[in-house]
Formats: sequence, structure tokens, C-alpha cells
Amino acid sequence: MAVDIKTVERIATLSKLEFSETEKQEITVDMNRMLDFVAQLSTADTEGVKPLIYMLEEEAELRKDEVIGSITQQDALKNAPEKDSDFIKVPKVINKD
Amino acid sequence: MHMLAQEIYDKYELVVGLEIHAQLLTKSKAYSSDSSEFGAQPNTHVNPITLGHPGTLPKFNENTLQYGVRLGLAVGSDITYENQFARKNYFYADLPKGYQITQDKTPLCTGGKITIKVGKGTKDIGITRIHMEEDSGKSIHDLDPFHTLIDLNRAGVPLLEIVSEPDIRSAQEAYDYLTEVRQLVRYLEVCDGNMEEGSMRCDANVSMRLKGAPKFGERTETKNLNSIRNVFRAIEFEAKRQVEVLEAGGVIKMETMGFDAVTGETRTLRSKEMAHDYRYFPEPDLQAVFVGKNYVSDVKETLPALPKELKEKYTSALKLSDYDAEVLTEEKHFALFYEELIGLTKSYKTAANWMMGAVKSYLNENALEIKEFPLKPKHIAELIDLIESGAINNSIANQKVFPALVEHPELSAKTLAEKNNWIQESDTEALEGFINEAIAKFPAKVEEFRAGNKNLLGLFMGEVMKASKGKADPKVTSNLLREKLEQ
Repeated sequence: MAVDIKTVERIATLSKLEFSETEKQEITVDMNRMLDFVAQLSTADTEGVKPLIYMLEEEAELRKDEVIGSITQQDALKNAPEKDSDFIKVPKVINKD
Repeated sequence: MHMLAQEIYDKYELVVGLEIHAQLLTKSKAYSSDSSEFGAQPNTHVNPITLGHPGTLPKFNENTLQYGVRLGLAVGSDITYENQFARKNYFYADLPKGYQITQDKTPLCTGGKITIKVGKGTKDIGITRIHMEEDSGKSIHDLDPFHTLIDLNRAGVPLLEIVSEPDIRSAQEAYDYLTEVRQLVRYLEVCDGNMEEGSMRCDANVSMRLKGAPKFGERTETKNLNSIRNVFRAIEFEAKRQVEVLEAGGVIKMETMGFDAVTGETRTLRSKEMAHDYRYFPEPDLQAVFVGKNYVSDVKETLPALPKELKEKYTSALKLSDYDAEVLTEEKHFALFYEELIGLTKSYKTAANWMMGAVKSYLNENALEIKEFPLKPKHIAELIDLIESGAINNSIANQKVFPALVEHPELSAKTLAEKNNWIQESDTEALEGFINEAIAKFPAKVEEFRAGNKNLLGLFMGEVMKASKGKADPKVTSNLLREKLEQ
């Protein structure tokens, strides 16, 4: 499965990332290298083997529906690059055209 | 808005499927233990899991599962044994992790149906699936002119997404289906069903096809409709819009639409060509949840009586009308009050009339819910007994005893009637006095009555009632009057 520049552009758009042309070229090379590495797995015979989703055999442990509490509003907003006293501020999401 | 002749619209058939998001009434969030309560100060119900900080791990709320199974059982779904979670990836400011934890290939419930009324009959709307997921935070677009503001209190609140089959054929059917679902989630106490506050939201998938066409047309999805009425309006508008596009030789594209409640119009929010790539994959941070037969049967034990079962019981076993059954079961606790009442009296129809008459008017006038009603079913049962024993008549019961009882729920109907001298007069001697007075007052009317105008009995009854201050037993009085007048 070869990655071309179109795939890189598409993934970049979905991740809301921008790259220069040079970067795109480099990423294409890198991604192909990674996929080639992982492709070794496909040489294994997986006939009749169920897909492995979890590393553990156990089932999920359920949590009781109890409120243990939250962090303070100040802490909640601490890492936001832009904020006011109540909210995290981000660029306008909806364009009104 | 009619751009085309009605017969053009009539060539097409509307096809609708609905997706409902129901916020669950759990105390804590789906995967973390901060509060999921609505209405707190912004960004105060968050913790590092909600914020998607590196190194945090989700832990699944057992009530999300229980509520999901409750709803699934109530609509007749199959409950999935092995439940996996999946990541649905998309980038949006109110989704801190960059993905939503949802279910993809193993929805908790599959199949089932909701039955709605269509004309005199009924119609089943199929349920495709119900799965568990988490809500996103809230984006506020209109408070700040240059920014979108983010409140993450809602992020991680558990949701059930209820997906219907494309079985709906009119805006009215969509309206009825939603009404049924809302009533059901309220009966089950899994969601408060409040669409205006956003605890129940609806997306409508709408397409049109020529009548008789074997395949569905391309559909659009109208998002985040916030009332049942707006779902109805959006579908009506979207149906017409699509016919107009098709008739003009255009094609319907798969698009996401928004609905403007002020203009009643839908408009394109975004095209789906690119955006619809959620790159689902199994959530590695949560193990699968196994829902065994014992768990399912335990949940089944706790299910309350459902509206359709109560309606069925009222119309067949109690012989009430469809209308009565409908009104009595509209709201769960109102129905439960009636349920308790009919355990105390066998006069089912009379009991229903009291519920739908005096009780309902009292609640409406005072803007109360039945839970806040001062009287208990036993009060109403005693009142009914008092009428049926002949001690008071209906109008005294309605106009005097009921209002007094509401003021003094600590007293019984009987005590109040006796104390206030409302026990009706069925003693023949006392009644004869009133009757003689009435007859003496209107000699000309007596002649008319004797000449054949039997309707005048009502006039004399009225006189006796007035003179006795409403306490005359109507049955005894009317018999006595007839006797006297016909002498």
C-alpha cells in the first residue's frame, strides 16, 4: 500500500494541519517507510485467526455511577492558549455565508 | 411556500429515517466520574479525562449500560453480548480528545420497533440500532464576535443514539415517532426528553423518490433539531425543496443541512464528500463489555409498566375509550396515580373521569406536576365511594368536596362532607317540602307539564336543587317530582 502525496494531503486536511511542499515530500517518504516496515506482518499466515483487539483477556471493569468531583474552573482553563474567566476561546468555527 | 402545483409534489414519496441522541440521566459521565448535571458554571464539570489529557484512561459507567439495555428491551431489540467501543475521529474544538468514544460494529441493541398511530390503524417504525457514546462539549458562537467559546461540561455525558429504519413516510409520522420515543425514555427514566434544553436531539435523513420507484433517492441530513415541531417543519421544507431541485433537473447531493427555526428553512452546512471520513477503529483503552443473559433478565425485572401496555390494559380490561387511555398514560406518574387509584375502587370509568377532569384541571391551573399534587389516590377513591353510596351527588363532589379536600388533605372526603353539611338530602319528607314549594311557585308550568311538555321536569329539578343548596339526591328527587306532577 503505497502512500502518495494525495493521501498525505488528505490526512493533513482531516487533521487540520498544513505542510509545505518539501514537508509533504518528506512525509510521503516517511510514511511509506513506516508502512513497509509494518508490512512484514502480512507475511504471517493469519488464516483462521480472530482479529486481536485487546492486549488483555479480561472484560471491562465497570465504574459505579458516582460523582467523585472535578478540578477547579481555573485548573480546567489553565492550559488553554486563549480563554476568558469562563470559557476556552477558539477561532470562529461557523462561517455565516 | 408552493413553487409547483400540488400534483407535482404528489408524484413523489417522502422517505425519512431519524437519528435521536438521548442524554442519559446518569449522575456522572460516560467514562469519567465528574458530574453530568446540566446547567453548571462553564468548565466546572471537567477533569483530566474529560479534557483528554495524555495518560488518562476512560472508565465505563455501569448505568450507561443499564439504561441502554432498558431502552433496548422496551423496544424489543436484541441485546448484543460482546460490546466493543470504537473511536470516531474528527477534529473539532469542543471534542477534546480529537475522537469520540462510540460503538461502531457492535451496537448495544439491534432491531426492535416503535409503534405509532396512523389514521385508525397503527404502523411499526423499525429500529436499526441503539448504541452508547459520549456527548461533545458545547460551542457558543454568538457571545463573542471574534471567537467561538467552548464549555466542556457536556463533554463526556453519556448518550444513546437511536437510529430508525427509513420507514417514515410523512412529517406527521416523524412527529408521532418522536413523541412515542420521548414518552418511552421518560417512562423508563433514562432521559428527561427535554428537546429545548438539548437533552434529546434529532437529526433527520430525508430523501424523495417517485412513487413506485424501487430505490431510495439521495438523502440529506438535517442536524440538531431542537423540538418535535421543528423536526416536522424541517422535513416538510426539505421535502419540498428536494422536489423542486429534482423537477428543475437538478440532483440531490449528500449534504448536511441546518434548520433555521425563524424562517422555517433548511440550508447547507457542509457537503459530505470530504468530511465523512471518521476512520473508526477499536478503542484500545476500554475493554469489551459483555452483557450476559442474567444481566439482561435482571434489567427486565426492573422495567416499569410501559405506556403501550397500560393503554392496552385500560382499553381491553377496563373498557375505557382509546382517548381516555391516551390521556391517562401521557405522563408516567399520572398513569401511576391512576394505577393506584384503580386498586382502591372498581369504578374505573368514574376514576378515569376524576383524573382527567378535576385532578388534571387542578394541576393545570396551578402549574403542578402530579408528584406535587396534595391528594393521594386514596382521597379520590374515598370521594368516589361517597358519591356511589349516595351520600353526596356529583356536582357537590366537584364543586365543594374536591376543592375542600385539596385544602385539607389531612381530612377525609366523608368528614369534610359531614362537617360542612354537604351530605345530600334523600330523606323523602324533607325533599317533599322543597318539591311542594317548587310546584306551588309555578302553577302555569305544572299545567303545561301535565299537558305533555315533559321537558319542564328540568325546571322543577333546578328549583329543588336551588332550595336544597344542591344537596337533594337527584335520583330520589326526580322520582318524587314525577309522581307529584303526574297526580
